Amino acid sequence: MALNNLDTLYRQVIMDHYKNPKNRGNIDGDAMTIDMNNPTCGDRIQLQMQVEDGIVKDAKFDGEGCSISMSSASMMTQAIKGKKVEDAVKMSHAFSDMMLGKDIDTEEFDLEDIEALQGVSKFPARIKCATLAWKAMEKGVNED
Amino acid sequence: MDVSAIKEQFPILNQEVNGHPLVYLDSSATSQKPVSVIEAVNNYYREDNSNVHRGVHTLGTRATDKYEGAREKVRGFIHAESTAEIIFSRGTTTAINTVASSYARANLTAGDEIVITPMEHHSNIIPWQQAAKATGATLKYIPLQADGTITLEDVRATVTDNTKIVAVTHVSNVLGTVNPIKEIAKIAHENGAVILVDGAQGAPHIKVDVTDLDCDFYTFSGHKMCGPTGIGVLYGKREHLENMEPVEFGGEMIDFVNLYDSTWKELPWKFEGGTPIIAGAIGLGAAIDFLLEVGQDNILEHEQKLADYAMEQLRTIDGMTIYGPEKRAGLVTFNLDDVHPHDTATVLDSFGIAVRAGHHCAQPLMKWLEVSATARASFYLYNTNEDIDSLVDGLLKTKEYFGNGFK
Ligand SMILES: Cc1ncc(COP(=O)(O)O)c(C=O)c1O
Repeated sequence: MALNNLDTLYRQVIMDHYKNPKNRGNIDGDAMTIDMNNPTCGDRIQLQMQVEDGIVKDAKFDGEGCSISMSSASMMTQAIKGKKVEDAVKMSHAFSDMMLGKDIDTEEFDLEDIEALQGVSKFPARIKCATLAWKAMEKGVNED
Repeated sequence: MDVSAIKEQFPILNQEVNGHPLVYLDSSATSQKPVSVIEAVNNYYREDNSNVHRGVHTLGTRATDKYEGAREKVRGFIHAESTAEIIFSRGTTTAINTVASSYARANLTAGDEIVITPMEHHSNIIPWQQAAKATGATLKYIPLQADGTITLEDVRATVTDNTKIVAVTHVSNVLGTVNPIKEIAKIAHENGAVILVDGAQGAPHIKVDVTDLDCDFYTFSGHKMCGPTGIGVLYGKREHLENMEPVEFGGEMIDFVNLYDSTWKELPWKFEGGTPIIAGAIGLGAAIDFLLEVGQDNILEHEQKLADYAMEQLRTIDGMTIYGPEKRAGLVTFNLDDVHPHDTATVLDSFGIAVRAGHHCAQPLMKWLEVSATARASFYLYNTNEDIDSLVDGLLKTKEYFGNGFK
């Protein structure tokens, strides 16, 4: 079927995160808030993070966008919770590499669901959708 | 109009994309180019390339003749009185910015008003926001009706004695709304204001007669009307252009240059600082020849039929929302329930169908529509009903794909 090449992009895990996102909403109490959008297409995300002692205690997001950007945000928040900030940033760099089609060390990074986004690298027009949430996270910890 | 013969003149359309024949439904973003335009640019570089308005040699004369010949074609195309009123620019955006930087800055003071509509492209919003900030003028909006049109009553209610500039789009690039320019121009003039028309989506599709419309400025882009990128037009009434200061200073636009002061060339050259967009203008001239040969009425009628057919066919799809008025130019903006337009566009692309997805450089309008993004299929003289059938087919597959969770 002609849709086959699409299957490398749209994986079931992505759909699950899109339809039932994890960590969607707002953090009660003190948290840093990062707004970011993709000006070329209108996707936007608001990311909230609570960082204590260099550890991401909590992360939630809200926003509007396509299945790729929203599922990526869901997976990203899931992945960084409980991680050291520096590890979260490393993971973000690994994710960028993955989007560029580079092989990454899956031993070092336990990507779990995130690996499902690997297919995005074959769709250059959609890479910015996938990296939006990660860029927001990096911006947040850099400004902190 | 023989569409298959026309289509053959567009080499780019004869290709497969992702294993399917290309169905190009994004002409509102940029149109494809016929062989005659590609050849005109090619031949210029092969045979005539030289700088214009300087030097005495033969190539210089040929290049100048072709460049100025293109200006005359543009003049005829929009029925301006004189080539002095035709200024070549990089496109609609640059043309609007020239007026906002020169005319607006010189003629507005605190308390004055600029009137625009919420359906404008960013390039007909931001220059006015900036002009308003610089001069203390107020930016006002003519409200939209529920179907995305404006009424003349609302124009009358919004435009006042304090209004100095009215800037409206001829055709909305999102809704397909065609605005009553002649009537709006009349209201603007009754209130002592000038009117600028964003013709980016007008000139490619609708016969434009700037004298009959009585607009003070009309702006458009070559690349949306079968011409090259990087060339556009600012038409302005001579009386305004004469009184306006240039915005770019340098070579080509000067008369005398002294150590501390200089004077400008006459119109239109005083607004064309630096080596102009020679090949672009020549390509635009060829595009105008092409459109006139096919016939602007034929093109409009064909697009109208395509739009009607597309509306009728798209409406048969469950969960389809179409934005904009019933009577519209040749484009349809839409969303499928529960599928983001980026995803729609990606699935369609896998079938070789090119549509636009996003905010279409109209964020205020997206806000008004209460959506973050939409998909848009836009038509031109080379599109057919079969293209629309492919679109509908692709959309049904998109729905199925997302509805079943990618299975
Ligand atoms: C209505 C409208 N105005 C202005 C523009 C800007 O044209 P350009 O990018 O060629 O300057 C466009 C192009 O997308 C448009 O559709």
